[in-house]
Amino acid sequence: MKPAPFDYHRPRSLEEALATLDRLGTAGTVMAGGQSLVPLMNRREVSPANVVDINSLVELSGITHEDRAVRVGALVRHAGLERDAAVRRRNPLLAEAVPHIAHAAIRSRGTTVGSLVHADATAEMPAVLVALGGSVELRSAAGGRTVPATEFFLGANRCCVAVGELAVAASFPVPPPRTGTAWLEVARQRGGRAVCGVAAVVTLDAGRRVERATATCAGVGATPVPVDLTEVMTGARFDDLARWRVAADEGGSALAPADDLHASAEYRRHLARVLVERAGRLAAIRATGA
Amino acid sequence: MSEHEIELSVNGRRQVVRVPARRLLSDCLRHDLACTSTHVGCEQGTCGACTVLVDGAPMRSCLLPAVTVDGCEITTAEGCRAPDGGLGRVQRALVRCHGVQCGFCTPGMVVSIVAFLRECPRPSPEQARDAVAGVLCRCTGYQDLVAAVLHAARPDGGEGG
Repeated sequence: MKPAPFDYHRPRSLEEALATLDRLGTAGTVMAGGQSLVPLMNRREVSPANVVDINSLVELSGITHEDRAVRVGALVRHAGLERDAAVRRRNPLLAEAVPHIAHAAIRSRGTTVGSLVHADATAEMPAVLVALGGSVELRSAAGGRTVPATEFFLGANRCCVAVGELAVAASFPVPPPRTGTAWLEVARQRGGRAVCGVAAVVTLDAGRRVERATATCAGVGATPVPVDLTEVMTGARFDDLARWRVAADEGGSALAPADDLHASAEYRRHLARVLVERAGRLAAIRATGA
Repeated sequence: MSEHEIELSVNGRRQVVRVPARRLLSDCLRHDLACTSTHVGCEQGTCGACTVLVDGAPMRSCLLPAVTVDGCEITTAEGCRAPDGGLGRVQRALVRCHGVQCGFCTPGMVVSIVAFLRECPRPSPEQARDAVAGVLCRCTGYQDLVAAVLHAARPDGGEGG
């Protein structure tokens, strides 16, 4: 189908964009890459009266390598992250997860920040942001605020961006020393929606014993679900397979996914448990070289 | 609702067209500019038949209101032909390897493979599979499409038999 008619606005600066959003209020909808929004418009699931296209805001198109984080502007395409050698080196979790996002033709237009704002329950970027303890920067005509990942996602396809606000960047912290990460995902077809995806972040002590371990799961709840494995894993050697199994069993038993068209709740829980264990082990092995 | 005059370079030719904001690039190409190689399947970004190159990068033309790509260079399957006007390297490889059956997905395949080989000129079979995974083909079973990607990537351009 085709989108319903709408008025189109293409602000040339961030200030103009914020003023436009302020003036339009609830009638304004931001479009960046549009790879989630346009399908919704084509299916008439949403029919915005006004689309505010932010593709001219070149000031939002940069990947900034800060001391302790990779800051991704609102116009950075997934493909831009995928190509950035410094992202692969400094933030391997982000680099490992990005190629799982849909297909090349979607990644060359879709934006990483847009994916966060769309807040799909099975999407990669929200889980990675939560796993790394990142944040999203919001601006409005009235000012700005930075929202931590744990408070950003409110539900399936719901985040805390308010009327008149624009998400201008997301900050993905660089893992600390002796920390390994891993993204594992199962989808029914290549490039398809994840049934479950897991982002593991494991920090070892100087003796290669686990100091901290978390696994953040996509596809098992309305928002990314962090599973803290630290209690079970603390003090265990990085390659203590029996302990990883116990940690995944305990972590997995706390998950409460829902049945849907793609998988039963039981299958999703099983999948999450297996992926948590594998991702945890893989991240721990990688941490020995980090 | 708003109408806009936009300028596109389509397969190297400058085009100025007046479109309502809701006009998708896929419809703009087909209806306004008669570039009918761009096939419209699902209109929600799933099937990939409408994939075109926008400033060299593959994109779903059904997921782009035309007004949002004002000023861009668009390449469709028509623009992937050889300099002499005959079939281009990827198109010849598709024919040779039997990667064309009903032809509905073919234009999306052609531009996707052209863009892919620019980024990855010597792909592994695994990478070749990834290159065609974003376009749905219900005829070939993909084996011949993967063969065509690998064929087109041969140093002799697949011309040596």
